[in-house]
Amino acid sequence: MSEAIATERTAYNFAYLDEQTKRAIRRAILKAIAIPGYQVPFASREMPMPRGWGTGGVQVTAAIIGPDDVLKVIDQGADDTTNAVAIRGFFTRVANVATTTRTVEATIIQTRHRVPETPLNADQILVYQVPIPEPLRFLEPRETETRKLHALADYGTMHVKLYEDIAHFGEIATTYAYPVTVDGRYVMDPSPIPKFDNPKLDDCPALQLFGAGREKRIYAVPPHTRVVSLDFEDHPFAPQRFTEPCALCGATGVFLDEVILDDRGGRMFVCSDTDFCNGRQAAGHRGRLAGNPIESGEGADV
Amino acid sequence: MCEEPLLIAEGLTKFYGARLGCRDVSFTLHAGEVLAVVGESGSGKSTLLGLLSTELAPSAGHVRYSMRDGSLRDLAELSEPERRLLLRTDWGFVRQSPEAGLRMAVSAGANVGERLMAVGWRHYGNIRGAAADWLGRVEIAADRIDDSPKSFSGGMRQRLQIARNLVTAPRLVFMDEPTGGLDVSVQARLLDLIRSLVADLGLAVVIVTHDLAVARLLSHRIMVMKEGCVIEEGLTDQVLDDPQAAYTQLLVSSVLQS
Repeated sequence: MSEAIATERTAYNFAYLDEQTKRAIRRAILKAIAIPGYQVPFASREMPMPRGWGTGGVQVTAAIIGPDDVLKVIDQGADDTTNAVAIRGFFTRVANVATTTRTVEATIIQTRHRVPETPLNADQILVYQVPIPEPLRFLEPRETETRKLHALADYGTMHVKLYEDIAHFGEIATTYAYPVTVDGRYVMDPSPIPKFDNPKLDDCPALQLFGAGREKRIYAVPPHTRVVSLDFEDHPFAPQRFTEPCALCGATGVFLDEVILDDRGGRMFVCSDTDFCNGRQAAGHRGRLAGNPIESGEGADV
Repeated sequence: MCEEPLLIAEGLTKFYGARLGCRDVSFTLHAGEVLAVVGESGSGKSTLLGLLSTELAPSAGHVRYSMRDGSLRDLAELSEPERRLLLRTDWGFVRQSPEAGLRMAVSAGANVGERLMAVGWRHYGNIRGAAADWLGRVEIAADRIDDSPKSFSGGMRQRLQIARNLVTAPRLVFMDEPTGGLDVSVQARLLDLIRSLVADLGLAVVIVTHDLAVARLLSHRIMVMKEGCVIEEGLTDQVLDDPQAAYTQLLVSSVLQS
């Protein structure tokens, strides 16, 4: 063993982290899976990227990835944004794994701010990058106290925030990082995903892991676990709704990004999940502003 | 009204290291009874209040409390969830500074509703209704329900703090100088309000004050403390009109006579 390390001293270990670190992170992950929604502290390492750029998610991915895995990385739903490209490149280099942008082909999906529109299956693991894992943080700044509140399941103050929303805005105005109760026990921050994605966490067949690098916490939602968004009886949880379909692929019932087109108020709404949108367009779906195949030269002999 | 005492303190003693907080304080409190603890600054009044309300752990002695189910429990032996439930349902704590007792960042309605949400209320309309009702009872205008306590005057904040504590219909309320820092006319209105609420709801109150007028107005019984010890106790009018201990005589005679 020592020989192998000695001869390749200058090279990185598979998936960047050394084996002992990966074992420690895996133990934290196993504990997190055993206690759904509970934040397990772990010895977060320095990674070759700034904290806040997904170091928690990267460490979780590094601990669970194997040579046969196919990795997809999404940032705000897109595969081609800086964070996604950089992390995909990182694992290509340090683990030499196959990467993909297609949700159905991936075995591990590391994500920031979105859950893919395509339903996940039992062979997939979704790894979330988490900036602030503590859902009680804004009501109770003391870490010692929040731990006590979790231990006692003392979550009344969570509803104070929701009450304030309704009192001032007439509805629950929290639109992302919307707190959930996991398995009827722990209140959990689902990371800053839009509340549109909250229902996808419930009874999901895929394993969901959450890594917070700066805050040094890992938590998990095991497959087919009950995840309920907090609400009031007379103001039930409601995900965002969009009045128009995607301008490129015509999809409805998906999360849309607003794109400003000009300085005269022109705008379009497009799928935030680029893979889903591309897949639909390839299957022949066209939205209002999708390029015309005749104008762009395709199908010219019609 | 009720034969069984609500709260029994036995030999309560607190040392802060070598320094004495209070020594060997014993008394019983019945439901609906108002007990004033008076004495100068540093006499151990607030320490005693901390010991009774389980915020401080006694160096010696016990506090027993008659729970809602009728059982008499030693407060030191309550589990943490039981203790928290007691604090936010059956007890109230009105602090001298409303900023310490209120959640200043959220609206008045949320302040009053917080205890209800903590004990499991999940119907917004009901919570808001209860909050509005209680704001009315402490004479805060209904249209201030969504305002932050930061925009309230000192007297309003103190009334809001009282509403926040009474919303779960507690049986025992601790008050630490509730009228401190308020001007005289506001004090008078607040005392009037506290007195009528206490009478209407049959609250038991332990009120700590250095103001003998407050004690005379509100309390049935009085305990005078000096240097951590109780030096005199009895019915309020009896103690104030016919003080026996030299220090009590000094205290009573030092009040400006009008």
